[in-house]
Amino acid sequence: MDPAAAKLIGAGLATIALAGVGVGIGNIFGSFVSGALRNPAAAPKVFGNVLLGFALTEAIALFALLIALLLLFVF
Amino acid sequence: MAEQFDPLHQFQIERLFEIPIGGLDASFTNSALFMVVAVTAITAFLLIAMSGRSLVPGRLQSMAELSYEFIANMIRENAGRAGMKYFPFIFSLFMFVLFSNLIGMIPYTFTVTSHIIVTFALALVVFIGVTVIGFVRHGLHFLTLFVPSGVPMALLPLLVVIEVLSYLIRPISLSVRLFANMTAGHTMLKVFGSFVVMLGVLGGWAPLAFVVALTGLEVGIAFLQAYVFTILTCIYLNDALHLHH
Repeated sequence: MDPAAAKLIGAGLATIALAGVGVGIGNIFGSFVSGALRNPAAAPKVFGNVLLGFALTEAIALFALLIALLLLFVF
Repeated sequence: MAEQFDPLHQFQIERLFEIPIGGLDASFTNSALFMVVAVTAITAFLLIAMSGRSLVPGRLQSMAELSYEFIANMIRENAGRAGMKYFPFIFSLFMFVLFSNLIGMIPYTFTVTSHIIVTFALALVVFIGVTVIGFVRHGLHFLTLFVPSGVPMALLPLLVVIEVLSYLIRPISLSVRLFANMTAGHTMLKVFGSFVVMLGVLGGWAPLAFVVALTGLEVGIAFLQAYVFTILTCIYLNDALHLHH
């Protein structure tokens, strides 16, 4: 296979990881909303953890992006 | 003309003053310039805000006191009293990352943290610092960090390897998270900005509204990434200071 074509296919395949990330981020905020509706008083206190969890999950998305970019521009 | 529509042109390093030292190129670049701008902005903000020293703070002094309290609470909550010794470092880290991210949001500026070498240097300092702190405080007992309690003996070898690997990947994940967020964000802004120009009247107000919303999101991400970098530093510091207790 032509290496340039293989690079493009590889980069495209790497973005499949974003599906898992989408599920993860939705999970975090869904749980937060669910919990906040049951216990509104505790919601502000835990919001810091929500943001931390979101950023950590987003990092996985960016690792996938990094691999896609590595495949496209470095190899 | 094509160069101006290239979304990656904004990350180009340009030498402003050539300073060859021996065989090395120690030129003052646009990256260095914006680091100086960030540090000057932080120093100016804190000095000017606190120069009044009123007991009941006005708006500017409130902002400076808020930033102090925010980091102090973060450290106390995540690293305990022992962590407060490292407050100057963590405060400087947070303010530098925050201001570098925010200054990068101004059009025609350079985002210092959008280069992996800058974020990797910061993450490496945190990682090596935290590891050294751990070894100085606990000696070789620090290595029990990699052996979680209550694990059956059969799983132990595999688990220790996994724990060590996940510890070693910390500087990489810390640096890549910040770098990729900044780079991807600014690239997206450039690309969608070029859509506004290219679609023109056909797109109407929609592309511009989207770019405005995206810029707002990017400012939020600038704050969030600075917060996450700092809170992870506090968590790693807590691991080193208090092992798993």
